[in-house]
Amino acid sequence: MNLFVLMKQTFDTEEKIVVQGGAVAEDGVKFVVNPYDEYAVEEAIRQKERHGGTVTVVSVGPERAAEALRTALAMGADEAVLIADDRIADEYGVSRALAAYLGAQACDVVLGGNFSVDSGAGQVAVRVAHLLGLPHVASVTKLEIQGGRAVAERDAEGDTETLEVALPALFTAQQGLNEPRYPSLPGIMKAKKKPFRQLGLDDLGLTEDDVAARTARDSLSLPPERKAGRLLAGDPAGQAAELVRLLRDEAKAL
Amino acid sequence: MGDTFLVVAEGRDGKLRQVSFETIRAAKQAMRDGDRIAAALIGDGVSAFAGEIGRCGVDRVYVVDHAELSRYNPEAYFPALAAIVDRASPDAIFFGHTAVGRDLAPKLAAQLGAGQISDVVSLEKDGGGEWLLTRPLYAGKAFETRRFAQRPAVVTVRPNNFAAAEVAEGAAAEVEAVPYAPPASPGLRTIVKEVVRKASGKIDLTEAKIVVSGGRGVKSAEGFQVLERLADVLGAAVGASRGACDAGYCDYALQIGQTGKVVTPEIYIACGISGAIQHLAGMSRSRIIIAINKDPEAPIFKVADYGIVGDLFEVVPLLTEEFKKALA
Repeated sequence: MNLFVLMKQTFDTEEKIVVQGGAVAEDGVKFVVNPYDEYAVEEAIRQKERHGGTVTVVSVGPERAAEALRTALAMGADEAVLIADDRIADEYGVSRALAAYLGAQACDVVLGGNFSVDSGAGQVAVRVAHLLGLPHVASVTKLEIQGGRAVAERDAEGDTETLEVALPALFTAQQGLNEPRYPSLPGIMKAKKKPFRQLGLDDLGLTEDDVAARTARDSLSLPPERKAGRLLAGDPAGQAAELVRLLRDEAKAL
Repeated sequence: MGDTFLVVAEGRDGKLRQVSFETIRAAKQAMRDGDRIAAALIGDGVSAFAGEIGRCGVDRVYVVDHAELSRYNPEAYFPALAAIVDRASPDAIFFGHTAVGRDLAPKLAAQLGAGQISDVVSLEKDGGGEWLLTRPLYAGKAFETRRFAQRPAVVTVRPNNFAAAEVAEGAAAEVEAVPYAPPASPGLRTIVKEVVRKASGKIDLTEAKIVVSGGRGVKSAEGFQVLERLADVLGAAVGASRGACDAGYCDYALQIGQTGKVVTPEIYIACGISGAIQHLAGMSRSRIIIAINKDPEAPIFKVADYGIVGDLFEVVPLLTEEFKKALA
């Protein structure tokens, strides 16, 4: 079975955001595999362990994203592909590049994260599925593959939907799908010898026009900081009564 | 002639979702003289909503009402949406940033070769009437304003950030039933086998006006019942921190934060939540934040409008009683 995982490298979720010169500053920031993509990588490795095959991890991003791909290789993925090209700018371009790469592969299963914790737009995986003509199931919390079909459970705003889908298909991972493993030391050593390719638009047979951005950033800002309010004094019963009074009379929220 | 904007509306539990009215408002803010708004309804029995949505200041309501659409299946829904888009030829399509909107919008954008701006919290126009759409990054640690370089445009709108469009008395917009033939089942690669409606009758977290949220301090799944009783009294949704979800106290569907959901309710009540930065990202744009925590040093108090230092198991039941009295 040929499994492909769409990956993105993101800021660690504990990082504060600093805006410098109209962009998000990256100095000293800890980068991680997007947490949702980590579930996708883990799931692909588990499915490979069960059914055999290969896991290829693919990312569109700057050269630093190679580190995230190496982490996935150390977890147990077999091959990595980094598509690094400055001409790719928005979700339209990213999905076109991924679809150009994946369209030339024999995919059985494509996995990705539910969304990335940086941009959070949640577009790329579903766009890729559509461009490849694959059915997709988003926000998957359980995945069972058998005989060219998959049964997936997905989280839809708290409801659980069970879908059966014919492969090839694309799935996006939601929390709860699995518990991602940590790369082992032998895994990290082995990762260094695994195939790692870097591609640009030309390698994919795409032109700048093919990925021309449909949207562009106009400005970037930080939200106003919240100020600490007040602590309510008194015994618990008094505090509870005071809080309800404040919500009604001061905050006008009831 | 102006542009046409299509708003894809959604029903839930037998009524139109609040976010659909908010999405119409967002589309109205995008209008220039001569532009028109149409609404789309897709599902089983959705014709019943056509009158109400048609009185929100839209010009036309396109409906695909079909028994095969009783459960959401992207492969069955998408042709219905595509048929409406074909008919309406919109310059922009607006969705709520909901489970269905998040699923259909990128698929439509890919089909149209269009750009999409997701999870929009405000929409303004510059001097030339071009749209400036603001959306969160890092779950709200930063915000970016984006523009479309070309049309058609696809937008998803975050719940609870636009005022709802009002339903006016009087004549409703014209309703047009759009022909739809469900894909034949051998051609359909996706089958919905089962839907467990755990959230039936409950308020969706992202749409809730009040959220009661618990962290590690809630200590157990049973502990969340104390929060649920408060939520019931307030008509609130229950949420949780990553810590509480990782500890198995509740389902990941309830998680609020940079991983999980972002909420912007009127009132956010954090119980036993310390306030890790990844959690704060998911809730700090709530209008009023209330924190209840044993630890007076907990970072959550730095963003809370009102704080109570104390044991949530003592404070929350008392608070439940006080709200009951106040709302009676």
